[in-house]
Parts: sequence; C-alpha cells; structure tokens
Amino acid sequence: MALPPPDPQFVLRGTSAAVHALRFSCGGQEPDVPVLFSGSENGFVHVWNLETHRADTALDGHGRKSVYCVETMGSRNRLLSQGRDQRICLWDLAEGRTSVTDSVFTENVGFCRCSLLEVAEGRWLMATAARALQEVQVLELPSKTSVCTLKPEVGAKLGMPMCLKLWQLNCGSPPLLLAGYEDGSVVLWNLSMGKALSQLVCHQEPVMSLDFDSEKAKGISGSSEKVLSIWSLNEQQNLQVYKTHKLVNAGISDITIRPDKKILATAGWDHRIRIFGWKKLKPLAVLDYHTATIHCVCFSDHRNPSGRLLAAGSKDHRISIWSIYTQT
Amino acid sequence: VCFIPGGLDCSISFVSHVLGKVCVHGRQKEILSVLVPRLTDLTKSDCIWQRICWRLVECVPDRWMEAVVLGFVQRAPGADTLSRLLGNLVVKNKKAQFVVTQKVLLLQYCHTTAVLQNLLGYLSLDSLRRALLIKVLQELLETWGSSSAVKHSPPEQQQYISKAILICLSHLKEPEIESCRQELLTSMMEGVKCHLDSSLPQIRRLGMIVAESISSKINTDGPVLKFQYEEDDEARELKSLLVQTPPFCVVPSLPDEDRNEEADAALPLVLESNKKSHTAAPVVPDEESDAELDSDDDLIPYDMSEDKELKTKAPVYIRDCIEVLTGSEDLDKWEATVKALESLVRKNPAATREVSVELAKILLHLEEKTCIEGFVELRQRAQVAVLTTDPIPVAKYLTSQFYSLNYSLRQRMDILDVLVLAAQELSCPKSHGKTKHSGAQKPCIQLLPGSDSSKDWRRIVDERIKSKTRRFATGQSQVELAAGPNEFNSVAGHFFFPLIQHFDRPLTTFDLLGEDHFVLGRLVHTLAVLMYLAVNTVAVTAMGKALLEFVWALRFHTDSYVRQGLLSCISSVLLGVPAERLLEDMTEELLETQSWLGDVVEKDADGDCRRLALQNLLLMENLKKKLRTVPS
Repeated sequence: MALPPPDPQFVLRGTSAAVHALRFSCGGQEPDVPVLFSGSENGFVHVWNLETHRADTALDGHGRKSVYCVETMGSRNRLLSQGRDQRICLWDLAEGRTSVTDSVFTENVGFCRCSLLEVAEGRWLMATAARALQEVQVLELPSKTSVCTLKPEVGAKLGMPMCLKLWQLNCGSPPLLLAGYEDGSVVLWNLSMGKALSQLVCHQEPVMSLDFDSEKAKGISGSSEKVLSIWSLNEQQNLQVYKTHKLVNAGISDITIRPDKKILATAGWDHRIRIFGWKKLKPLAVLDYHTATIHCVCFSDHRNPSGRLLAAGSKDHRISIWSIYTQT
Repeated sequence: VCFIPGGLDCSISFVSHVLGKVCVHGRQKEILSVLVPRLTDLTKSDCIWQRICWRLVECVPDRWMEAVVLGFVQRAPGADTLSRLLGNLVVKNKKAQFVVTQKVLLLQYCHTTAVLQNLLGYLSLDSLRRALLIKVLQELLETWGSSSAVKHSPPEQQQYISKAILICLSHLKEPEIESCRQELLTSMMEGVKCHLDSSLPQIRRLGMIVAESISSKINTDGPVLKFQYEEDDEARELKSLLVQTPPFCVVPSLPDEDRNEEADAALPLVLESNKKSHTAAPVVPDEESDAELDSDDDLIPYDMSEDKELKTKAPVYIRDCIEVLTGSEDLDKWEATVKALESLVRKNPAATREVSVELAKILLHLEEKTCIEGFVELRQRAQVAVLTTDPIPVAKYLTSQFYSLNYSLRQRMDILDVLVLAAQELSCPKSHGKTKHSGAQKPCIQLLPGSDSSKDWRRIVDERIKSKTRRFATGQSQVELAAGPNEFNSVAGHFFFPLIQHFDRPLTTFDLLGEDHFVLGRLVHTLAVLMYLAVNTVAVTAMGKALLEFVWALRFHTDSYVRQGLLSCISSVLLGVPAERLLEDMTEELLETQSWLGDVVEKDADGDCRRLALQNLLLMENLKKKLRTVPS
C-alpha cells in the first residue's frame, strides 16, 4: 500500500509576487546559516534564512523588472541574478553588503536563463542568449570578455534559445554547451570551435527546460507538450533519443536532477511537482500543494544527505520546501 | 436478311430504305436487335462486309437517318463496334453529323452513359472524326459554362452534359489538349463561377468535379485545382469517366484515388529529405540493467492516484459566464464556460431571463477564440436555450438583427437556424425536460432540424401527406404523450412576423431580393417551418394569410432553391391552418395559388419544384374532399 505523498516541510511566504528562480546555498560551514535565494516578478531577489523561515534581505537591482534567474558563484556571498531589464547583475553579499559589483548588459529580451560553469579557480564561463534571435553568447566572468558566439547555420530555423546548460566531463576537458531551442531541438555546441556537434529534435513544441548528467552522459528535457524526453550522448558526441515519458498534463517549466543523480524533479504548469527516479525514470511522487503554475524547482546542496531539501517556486507567490527521499 | 458475298455487285439501297422506314416507325429495337449482332460478327474481320455495312447506312434517306443512327448508337456494344458499323458516316453525311454532334448531346438528355461512351468513343477512333470530337467538346463547354443554362436547365441535363464533357476529356490526346489549352482554361473559369453561384448543392458539385477534371488535364505537372465536396457514388461514377479503359475490360478504374495517393507519397519524401538533423529511432535500453543492483529499487513510490488531468472549473452563475465571455483573457476558463453555458442556462431560467437579450447578443457575436471541438454546435445550442427560456424579447432582438447592417451571411443564417430549433422545441410537448426527439403535435413524425438542403422539408411533407391520406384515426393507439400547454402559441407571431416584414427593403450590405438569394432561400424555408410548427396556435390564420401573400410576391423568382422553399411554404399553410379557416378567410389567395401551382407543375424547369407543386395540388384536393364529407 503506497503512502500518500508528504506535505511540504515548510512554506516561505512574503515575496508578494510570482517566484521565477531559486537557488540554495547550504554547503557552508558553521556559523553560516543555510539560505535560499529567490528571484521574483517584482524585481527583488530575496535571501531566505532556512532556519527562521524568514527573508533576511531583499535585493533590488533590476529596476522592478522580473528576475528570472539566480545563481551562486562559489559561495553564498557571490550572487548572480538575471532580469528582464536585459541585465545580469553580480552581487557582493559578504558581511551584510548588498551591492551590485558588476553588471552585464545582454540586450536580450527573452526568458532564457543563463548557465554558469566554473572552469578554473575564480574563472567562470557564462552562456546567455544574445541579442540576435538564434544566437547564444558565452562570456568569461569576471572579465566579461566574449569567448565565442554560437550561431546556428543559415537556414536552420531553431528559433530562440530557451534553456542552456554548460558542462564539462571533468576538470580539464573542454567545456560544452547544451541548448534547447524554440523549435523543439537540443543542440550540443563545442565552444572552442564555436560549432554544433549534434542536433536532436526531441519535441514538437519549444524546449522549456533541460538538465544533463555528465557522468552517465544522459539528459532530460521538458516542453510545453505532454512529453518528457530523455536523450543520451554517445562516444561520437551524437545525441540520441533514449526514451520518452508521457505526462498527465501538458507543460513543464523546469527540470532539475539532484546532485547525487538519484532522483529528479519537474515543475509543472498543472501546479504539481513530479519526482522521478533518474535511472529508469520511474515515477515516484506527485507533490500537489501549489495553486498556480510552478516556475522553478531546485535541490539543495546540503553536505549531510539527510538534510537535503527540494524547493519549488510558483506563480501563487509561495515557495514550498520539501524533504523527500533523503534516506538514500 | 441474307447477302451474297464475293464478286457480285449488289444494290443495297433498297435494304437501306427498308431499314430506314422500319426505324422511323419506331421498330428500331426489333430490327436492330437482330441486325446489329449479325453485322458485328460479320464485320469483325471482313472488310468487304464493313464496306457493305457502311454503304447500307449511307444510303438511308436523310429523313430517316436520325432514327437509324440513334438506333445504332444505342444498340452497339462498344465504340469500336460502332466505328466498324458506321464508318465515317458522320463526316460524309450532314444529317448524321447533326444528330451525333448536336442533337444527342445538346438537345436531348435521356440517353445512358453507355450511349455517350459509344458515341464519343466512336468520334475519337478515326483521325477524320477527331476534329469533330474537339468541336463537340468546345460546344459542350460553352453550354456548360453559360450562366443561363446553369440557372434554367434541369439538373439531369446538366449532369448529362458534364458526363459528356468528362468522356470527351478522357479521349483527348496531348497535342490536342495543347492546342486548345487556352480555351479550355477560359471556359473552365467561367463555368466554375456559374456553377458555384448556384444554390443547389448538386449543381455546385457537378461544377467542381468537371472543373477539377479539366484542370488536371491541362496542368499535368504542377498544382491542379482541388475542391472539397462529398464523395458519393455519383461523384465517383463521374470521376471514373475520366479514364478510358481498354475495350475488353468493362470495370472502370478509379484513377483519381491513385493520383492522389501518389501526390501524398511525394510530400513526406520531400519533407524528410529537407531535414538535416537525425530523428533516430530510440535506442533500446540495456536489458542487463536488471541484473545489476538497481539502487532505484530503494526508492519507494508514493501514492499517485490523485494525479489526474487538470480541469478548469467553469463558472456556476450566468452573470459570471457573461463576464468570462466578454472580458476574460483566461482561455481555459473561456473554453470551460462555452461548454457549460447551455446547461447553466437551462437550469437557471429565472436568472437567464434577467440577462437574456444581453446573452443573446454576446452569443451572436461570439467568435472562436481557441480551437474547441464542436464550437458551432455549442454556440447554437446555447442560443436555442436562451431563446426558449425567454422567447419574446430574444426573438425580437434576433429578428431585428437579421435585417441589420454589418452582419455576415453566416450570422444571418445562424439566426434563422436558431429560430427554427427554438420553435421546434417550444412547440413540442415537454416530457420532463427531454425535448430532443419528441414528435410534433400530430404523432409519428420526427422533425429534423433544418440544416442545409431542402430534402428534409420534402421528406416531412411527404410523410405528412402519407399520414393524412391513409390514416384512419390510428393516432390514439400510440402511447399518449404527456399533454402540456403549447408554449409556441404565445410567441409564434413574434418569431414569424418580424422576419417576413422587411424582406423587400434592401440595405447597403444585405439585399435579399438581389445577390443574397441564398439567404432568401433559407429565409423562405425557415418561414415554412415556422408556419408548420404554428399548427394549433391562435396566430396561425394570420400567419397563413401573410405567408400566402409573401409567396405570391416571390413566385417568379429565378433561383430554384427559393422556389422550392415557396412551395414548402404553401404545404405548411395547407397543413397548418385549419381547413375551415382556409376556405373562409383565404379563398382568393388559395385560388390564385392553385392556378400558379398548375403552372409550376407544367412549366418549371426544376424537377423538385414540379414534384412539390404536384403534392400541393394533391393536398388541396384532399382538403376539398375532406370538407365536402364533413356535414356543414
């Protein structure tokens, strides 16, 4: 007899706007408190204290335009936020400061979340959608120099890039980029040469979100239709469809794989979070708490496995925090 | 009759005279049934016999030539046989040429398809005669394309000409098509325009089929004309004429299906070759994972039985529905509202009555925002529900809008359909809310909602006549329907009179008596139904009188669909108005109508009109008889 799904461990309220982005930072040592960063539609980035369940600070750096991506750069004191004011802001939050140290003007009016990858100590690569319609630009941070611009070939009707993921197999190997586009295809780009290695049409509708497991060379993408697509990368760097999974309701906003690669979570337009086992995509749970579409899901980076959490931000202004499958 | 072959000069002219005389007296069947098979056998391989046969027919005097040629054409088993028997008679003899190229094709239309095949095949088999084939095709196309022919000639003749055109096309060869391509194109364009203008669906379809065939012949490569129409036996038969089968096999092939399949197969190939990315088949997951320790087994799924499809809730109050339909941007809610509206209206009559006109207005202008299945039907049912819940104000609104500016023809016809459906519902006795399939006041007749063709009304009138003439009060053996007040009684006038009032007043965008004769046809049919449904209401006499005057004003309308509607109106009047009232209040109108009906029966070009007029005359006779038997 299966147990009914668990309730959220707690719920964070107080953003007074739809929540579009979430990022945990819980790996710090004592006395650092585990925190959760959230980006909202009213332009604020809230810093939530996960012990008191209150927002400690609200960062206002995007001129009240919606913040749709929040990333930490190494520690909880270095934060990156991306907003609809076409800017990416870099924050310094050490010792209680709340200042924007640097910003990048991307000139892009889309919704594609940027992707960060630390390639060396203090050196980051950031991929964002560029000004021109189908292009993705890769910058190096903190120097903000352009590494390359990835243009699809002439005649390829990919549409806007919808989601990006930078990854490298291990520390020394060349970084690669997976990009999901509006026409439903996922493209693997080689950054050093600036050209596409492989393209796979996974969906009939735009790819809304994707995540990739570099150890198993397997990735998953979700779209506005009812299908989740799992694809793999073979030795020749070619993408192939591995399997697909049909959902009950259409529309996925976000997908994320837990850092231990055991489970993954999807954020649905039908107000539900779905948990699957990553190995065989076995459906494990459907978490039904929110009353509007869920925009983002995120797993925490707790060192202690039993303390791991899952956060989901929704259009109903609430962030639900769940503790699920923490025993493995 | 026996000939001496070989070497002897015999004079055949006497035999020709005999043949001619016999044929002209109407004995073609007897003599040719013996002669033609004999001659067929004899002429199969022997050219002397062929020449004898040709001399035989050539020597028939002109005044009997027609009968003989017709007889041969009808009797011959195939075009090649006819060719052997007649030779180049059409080229040599003027009268024969006239019969074959003009009379049979353009002036008569009683012959079968086989006769047409024989005749046109015969023309195509010899190079001397092919010139005639092309001339024939041009003349046929001219007739096919003339708008007056389309309007005034009977449908059977139009079908005959279309068949002839298709058979001609099937015989034409490439170089001939090349030479007259331009003419074919022009005639096709003109002809298809006249045909599509017609109100009768059968004529429209004939035009479409012929135009498609011509287009496919003149554009062998490249895009061809393709229409959407109902494929039934008649259409398939017509299309099968396009391809000539070899003389031995009798079964016609259906080339169009093959051609379409080829075209369809070409498209996916083109699409696939354009794709550069691989959409490879999914890799079969490794089976050996069963053997290794699956750490997923540690993860126990939770109960997911609550995970169902998300359904947006529809509003529960009528005023909320109005709000959603007029303002809301939420498309899911809009869809749910449209689906739920009819039942809400029916469950809340009091609330609906408060906002009925507003709701009717919204529904009349409601356009499809998202792609719902059956949107048109949902909207219509909701409109009918509103109209039946609050008939008088809503009918007033709808009938006034029918004659207003700036509505599309589709909207005006929607108004008519809604009025008819609502009238039907109101006039039926309600058996606890189930109003769908209940019969009319007099039992056993199922009224079908008026959609497109006039066939439904004819069927009703037919059944009605049958029941009227044969019934001996068997009605009571049926289960008594629950009696209830006739709700249509109080509102029949409100439905009927506003519609009939302004038909002769043209507006800038809407002229019933001019271009919009299709809507006029629908209006007339609607009035017929409303009249019929008004039986047993108080207003029925006034309605009948007004309707007869209306019919009198329009009786010479050129559109046959309108005339059919007018005749249904008369049927409804005769059936709906009680006989005593008919005789007392409407005597002159009835007499005038009767004389007009007599005219229609004899002179109208459309077969359906003639039939309806005849039925009306029968109805009138029956009425008279009935009145005579009732002691006054």
